[in-house]
Amino acid sequence: MAPAQMTGSQMLLKALVDQGVDTIFGYPGGAVLPIYDALHQQNALRHILVRHEQAAVHAAEGYARSTGKVGVVLVTSGPGATNAVTGLTDALMDSIPVVCLTGQVPTHLIGNDAFQEADTTGITRPCTKHNYLVKAVEDLPRIVHEAFYVARSGRPGPVVVDLPKDVLQAKGACYLAPGEVKHRTYRPQVKADRTTIEAAVEMIAKAERPLIYFGGGVINSGDKASRLLTRFARDLGIPCTSTLMGLGAFPASDPLFLGMLGMHGTYEANLAMYHCDVMIAVGARFDDRVTGRLDEFAPHSRKIHIDIDPSSINKNVVVDLPIVADVGRALDALLKVWKARGHKLAPKALKAWWKQIEEWRARDCLKYTQSDGPIKPQYAIQRLYELTKDRNAYITTEVGQHQMWAAQFYKFEKPRHWMTSGGLGTMGYGFPSAVGVQIAHPDALVIDIAGEASFLMNIQELSTVAQYGLPVKVFIINNQWMGMVRQWQELLHGKRYSQTYMASLPDFVRLAEAFGAVGLKATRPDEVDDKIMEMIETPKAVIFDCQVEPEENCFPMIPSGAAHYDMLLGPEDKAVKPVSEEGMVLV
Amino acid sequence: MAPKEQPIETRTIAVLVDNEPGVLARVIGLFAGRGYNIASLTVSEVDPEQGLSRITIITSGTAQIIEQIKAQLARLVPVHRVSDLSSEGPHVERELALVKVTGRGNKRVESLRIADIFRAQVVDSSHDHFVFEMTGKSEKLDVFIDLMRPLGLVDVSRTGVVAIARGPKGL
Ligand SMILES: Cc1cc2nc3c(=O)[nH]c(=O)nc-3n(C[C@H](O)[C@H](O)[C@H](O)COP(=O)(O)OP(=O)(O)OC[C@H]3O[C@@H](n4cnc5c(N)ncnc54)[C@H](O)[C@@H]3O)c2cc1C
Ligand SMILES: Cc1ncc(C[n+]2csc(CCOP(=O)(O)OP(=O)(O)O)c2C)c(N)n1
Repeated sequence: MAPAQMTGSQMLLKALVDQGVDTIFGYPGGAVLPIYDALHQQNALRHILVRHEQAAVHAAEGYARSTGKVGVVLVTSGPGATNAVTGLTDALMDSIPVVCLTGQVPTHLIGNDAFQEADTTGITRPCTKHNYLVKAVEDLPRIVHEAFYVARSGRPGPVVVDLPKDVLQAKGACYLAPGEVKHRTYRPQVKADRTTIEAAVEMIAKAERPLIYFGGGVINSGDKASRLLTRFARDLGIPCTSTLMGLGAFPASDPLFLGMLGMHGTYEANLAMYHCDVMIAVGARFDDRVTGRLDEFAPHSRKIHIDIDPSSINKNVVVDLPIVADVGRALDALLKVWKARGHKLAPKALKAWWKQIEEWRARDCLKYTQSDGPIKPQYAIQRLYELTKDRNAYITTEVGQHQMWAAQFYKFEKPRHWMTSGGLGTMGYGFPSAVGVQIAHPDALVIDIAGEASFLMNIQELSTVAQYGLPVKVFIINNQWMGMVRQWQELLHGKRYSQTYMASLPDFVRLAEAFGAVGLKATRPDEVDDKIMEMIETPKAVIFDCQVEPEENCFPMIPSGAAHYDMLLGPEDKAVKPVSEEGMVLV
Repeated sequence: MAPKEQPIETRTIAVLVDNEPGVLARVIGLFAGRGYNIASLTVSEVDPEQGLSRITIITSGTAQIIEQIKAQLARLVPVHRVSDLSSEGPHVERELALVKVTGRGNKRVESLRIADIFRAQVVDSSHDHFVFEMTGKSEKLDVFIDLMRPLGLVDVSRTGVVAIARGPKGL
């Protein structure tokens, strides 16, 4: 039987279904009307109408990160596409698989400054892993399948498919199934080279002060990679530290876990990093937030680096043994060779190393004192953790101090339960991301740990939440400041608080009510628990205005450009450790 | 050692790409966006049947940067292969220049004499101008053009460098 005649829009939707897509986050407009028309006539795909295209991409990111699937976005040409750019850049920086379908003016008008025309492929070239302009309906099925393949393979990332309106309306009998499409060039290396694995095993076997430094790549690799990482660390008894993006890939309750490292990492994690003699970097990219001053970064260590992207290797830090492979595959091979060779780490050295680490840990660098006075932000998040930890909660965050406190105080046992904007640091990420997570897990407890300033950046999504009856919780750590920026101004710019006070904040309780959600407010520590329980037990969306100590700072802190041993541990610390001029240039 | 203190190396890199729209913009955007240096860049289709183009780039940087440049090029989706000709063995580099010299009398005779020494071809001429075509290593073209300067040089067009590895093996 000859393939049926279909329009471009119908082929597009069929391709999505064949790719296993069930949900699209989008916003309509003239150029994508044919797609919306086709969507209206089918039931296989659910369309979630967001209130801003940036939010569509963040929702797709939340959906993707919490499920392991590709997130799908549909926006119109021109402003629809440009509004999506922040989300695309966010997904690129954090390696999140997203396919973004953008409408485009008809092919014969491209280049004429037509109504709502933007050079979408030009604009998105640097903020996508790859992008396509579909010029003929015959190319459409292949390109859509390729887009999914590229988005999810190797190091995942966002892919844009720009769809001129006439291509969407053209008819053809040219549909191809996913199996009929093979990419011409793109074949990321996933299997680890045997001899490098053996070399790594030998290097680890000689370690006296080993450390595993893992990141988002473990989560990208899949749940099996997390299990293998956990096995590997436990079998060998090696301490582990995570980047912001890796949290949950290794159970935080395990004593082997030292917490997050880096700028706001723990004392024990950063000092272990400084003093280790063999570093095993697993799916982490040596970001400047992690390394601090490069020439003082783990200076006594030999470094093994497992990463699927060769460009992550030797980019910021030169390593001794690169392993280009998928994390899961590499760890599997490492474990097998380790077992086969019957290696064991030298017990005496390992014991001494642990003794040292426990001394650092005893410093209890995250401690704070909750008085009867205002709520400490740390306390609020710690209570939130204690009261939700047995409920399989999914946590998203905005960007700022609350994000760092969440990373420090919320302990993740499993991957895919922590969604945050790490690389781009996009305020406004958390709320729409929570929408995406809730859509993917309708019955789960989904909480956006927010700052009041960040929440205001995508607050229009309250309307989306209302439309779909999503029970998303927004837990606002309300300090009335752009806290993270205020902290830098306090420590680095002589307390000149230029433009960081959030004047004219809304009454969040009444705002919630205006959107049919429930508003809660806490101002005293003794009401935090009850209010959190009320939030959890409310079957609807909740905005929780947790009014906290306005000028609390987030510690530990390694000022930009400082070394791991130069941590500020608390307010008393800053006088003795002035921040260098050189460091002030850095962000 | 901090990256700044490492010596700067110059490399000739060949990149085989799918000849799809935007591929050159991707490569150039990569260099511009990441602050890499481009001394020369040439591109042309080399296999119309397979739809393959070959880009030759001369770039410079520390060893660490050069490694990054190659890794970043290789991860572009339409890239088939990246080859660092400078480090992978001997290779041949050539460039072509078209050089227009205007003048009469002695200068005109002198320009023709020099062109002859350099084995440049005359591809266009009138009573008061020549267009020379010359192929060779870039340095040789530099010398030729410098010599033409006092003799009435008015226009130069150069292709940029193309390069290929010596020996029987293909890219
Ligand atoms: C206000 C603020 C403060 C911050 N402070 C800190 C901080 O104190 N500490 C901190 O750690 N971060 C901090 N960050 C986050 C930081 O900016 C980076 O986003 C983060 O450190 C990067 O994490 P990562 O190294 O795990 O890399 P990711 O961005 O998660 O990258 C993953 C790496 O793994 C590789 N990879 C992907 N898939 C695979 C696979 N299947 N197999 C193998 N490899 C794979 C990729 O190629 C990449 O190299 C902060 C961010 C903000 C906004
Ligand atoms: C879109 C965007 N604009 C600006 C910034 C710079 N920035 C980083 S943190 C921050 C303040 C965040 O304030 P808030 O959301 O209240 O969180 P807090 O730090 O107070 O917890 C700002 C402005 C950013 N990260 N993202």
